[in-house]
Amino acid sequence: MSFILEIIISALIVIGGFFALVGSFGLVKLPDLMTRLHGPTKATTLGVGSILVASMLYFWLLQDSFTIHELLITLFLLLTAPITANVIAKAYMLDHADPDKDLPKTGGVEGWATFDAIGQEDDVDAPTTGTEPARKPVPEL
Amino acid sequence: MLKRYLPHPLLTLVLTAVWMLLINSFSMGALVFGLLLGIVIPVITSAFWPGRPKITNYRGVVEYILVVLWDILVANVIVAGLILFRRADRLDSRFVVVPLDITSSEGITALAGTITMTPGTVSCDLSADARSLLVHCLHAPDPQGVVDDIKSRYERRLKEIFE
Repeated sequence: MSFILEIIISALIVIGGFFALVGSFGLVKLPDLMTRLHGPTKATTLGVGSILVASMLYFWLLQDSFTIHELLITLFLLLTAPITANVIAKAYMLDHADPDKDLPKTGGVEGWATFDAIGQEDDVDAPTTGTEPARKPVPEL
Repeated sequence: MLKRYLPHPLLTLVLTAVWMLLINSFSMGALVFGLLLGIVIPVITSAFWPGRPKITNYRGVVEYILVVLWDILVANVIVAGLILFRRADRLDSRFVVVPLDITSSEGITALAGTITMTPGTVSCDLSADARSLLVHCLHAPDPQGVVDDIKSRYERRLKEIFE
């Protein structure tokens, strides 16, 4: 019995290691930052996830000490990965993307939140205070 | 009275549970301390959450979590396949715009997080009026299909939960 369990646990660890490796390999292979974001946000989730499941099974079934730490780690990963990706994407777009050229239109009156505050276009008559920083020239993508 | 000292019973439960998970073994002292944290933290942070969504559709929540977990599994395999077996210059990566029907900010946050975790898409930005979402796709030969998928699979379910 414990032999079969050991095989299952080893398989989970190998699968986890494989997906973590693929996620990291994606960072090297993919051409630019926006596509590189896809590697760590997904492939790595399953990688870490299955290693954590393996750890839970190992301590629960083979060591007789029940641990549920791992659920918490999974939860925190699922909560933080999208936010990290979003902030990196926003920082990248702010520095490297021209909202008129590189991004599709929003389909509404307002622009994308990273570039345009709400109602900004309507303020052309308002006196400029000079405190707002001018947008940096955009390098070619 | 109860409202004043237990402004958010669910948060109290969640904080206590998280504390017990962190301790990772059951003891009475840990439970008491966890309860203490669960009671004190909601009281001192109540000023930061003036309003919160009323969620009654718990069946919808469970269904949504299961659907998303399954999609994360599938997404991992798809993305791993794309990374390993497709030449980088043959990837059809692009931005797509998802027009939003959902209006609650919690719902939009959940939707954006879900999009990032699932097949080949990362949500990048929200329009200033919160009516559309900018999504980057790793490989999308059919952009309209991606949008339809997101709207029918996630947004419809989130609408049922949050609105």
